[in-house]
Amino acid sequence: MSKTKISMEGAVKAGELPLGFAARPGSTRNFKTGDWRSARPVLDREKCIYCGFCYIYCPDGVYQDMGPEEKYYKADLDYCKGCGVCAQECPKNCIQMLVEEV
Amino acid sequence: MSVTDSTKPVGIEVSLAMAEAVKLAEAEVVAAYPITPQTHIVEHLSDLVANGELEAAYIPVESEQSALSACIGSSAAGARTFTATSSQGLMYMAEMVFIAPMLRVPIVMAVANRAISGPINIWNDHSDIMSVRDCGWIQIFAENGQEATDLSIISFRIAEDKNVMMPFILNIDGFTLSHFIEPIVFPEAAKVKKFLPPYETTHKLDLAKPMSMGLLGAPEYYAESKKATDNALLGSKPYVQKAFDEYAAIFGRQYKLVETYRMEGAETAIVAMGSIAETAMTAVDEMREAGEKVGLVRLRLWRPFPVEEFRAAVRGVKTLAVVDRHFTPGFPEGPVATEIRALMYHEDDRPRMSNFILGLGGRDVPRNHFKYVVEKAKDLGAAGRQGQYEMVGVQE
Repeated sequence: MSKTKISMEGAVKAGELPLGFAARPGSTRNFKTGDWRSARPVLDREKCIYCGFCYIYCPDGVYQDMGPEEKYYKADLDYCKGCGVCAQECPKNCIQMLVEEV
Repeated sequence: MSVTDSTKPVGIEVSLAMAEAVKLAEAEVVAAYPITPQTHIVEHLSDLVANGELEAAYIPVESEQSALSACIGSSAAGARTFTATSSQGLMYMAEMVFIAPMLRVPIVMAVANRAISGPINIWNDHSDIMSVRDCGWIQIFAENGQEATDLSIISFRIAEDKNVMMPFILNIDGFTLSHFIEPIVFPEAAKVKKFLPPYETTHKLDLAKPMSMGLLGAPEYYAESKKATDNALLGSKPYVQKAFDEYAAIFGRQYKLVETYRMEGAETAIVAMGSIAETAMTAVDEMREAGEKVGLVRLRLWRPFPVEEFRAAVRGVKTLAVVDRHFTPGFPEGPVATEIRALMYHEDDRPRMSNFILGLGGRDVPRNHFKYVVEKAKDLGAAGRQGQYEMVGVQE
């Protein structure tokens, strides 16, 4: 018997996986990709003109419209992978990518 | 009146007989792209559908990748699904081939084995199937027309068994089996219905009850998913034999995972797969008549590998002459020999073993090649040498 205790085991048991590795629709919601991120978008609301470029360009659809009262789009950090496309495309240059501290 | 109504043997091309068997199995969807030497199977199926003899959707797709994609979808939606391919077609399909087992869709696919390019070659060897050996499908090799016909029905029964639910590849040698006209006894349609109940999927792709299939398997899930698929493949073995036994009870033709021929007291055994085993049997008969203690072991089931059945078949044999129809460039032995050597490594009383590559790209394999490999394997075994494969008859 090996005395070495192993780490990095799977999230589920093979025998408990659903047949065909199938799932109910919408399972991507449970897959939080925010921890892939090395930098997060930080919005300067003073400069934001509520144009929606960040919302349109975001490849992961993490921006949510906060409505005509609030007049800005908010990144859902549970899913934002920190690619920085929003910061690149913002016409007012009001999104900064802030490096995540571990 | 259809050929399958005949109670007497019918002289028919094996490809056509297989298509007729798929008709008897009442396949509901056929999606395929023509490629030599598989074409006659699906061509005849399209005739049967067009003539109203088979009530099925025949999907003429634009490629093999699309063919298997369509099959995966239809099988997931609950339709009994069949396709066929060969060589370059299987290569083009490969992306989807590896996905189907994870999805547990019991598609049956005939592969008319043909060499892969280059150089371009349309003739028979096993390089196509061996190149996707690790795809995770149940894989079986038929030897003759009757077996190919029977297996075209039994395959569905095994694949669709609730305890199995795995895709199934039925290998037949291109041309040397697919294009031969043989006397075939067709099983009676009413009895086939009894043997093969309608397909019911266990996890249906259904608009009324939506489900996602073909998901991402992140690092913390991927290994478990692969393990689950392998458990299903390994676990299918008893159900393969069970289906063979039940077929025998109804139709009288008994198949086994590993077949042996004249192995009583054999000191040397030829190990082969597919249609060349017929030639090997004749060669064994001639060698036996000349006093040679030789027999033949034929692997019918290739995946899951019938480990115990194979070991039992060769127990007590001194020398194995393992035949490969494909080789592994840069490695001393072909795929079949490599696996058999690995299986025998831990056996206390393991035989000497040599590997012979026969019939590459349609090169004919006459009886004397089997005599040659038996003599050569014995010589090499006696000398204690068991190394590099020999490509029999190759001019260097």
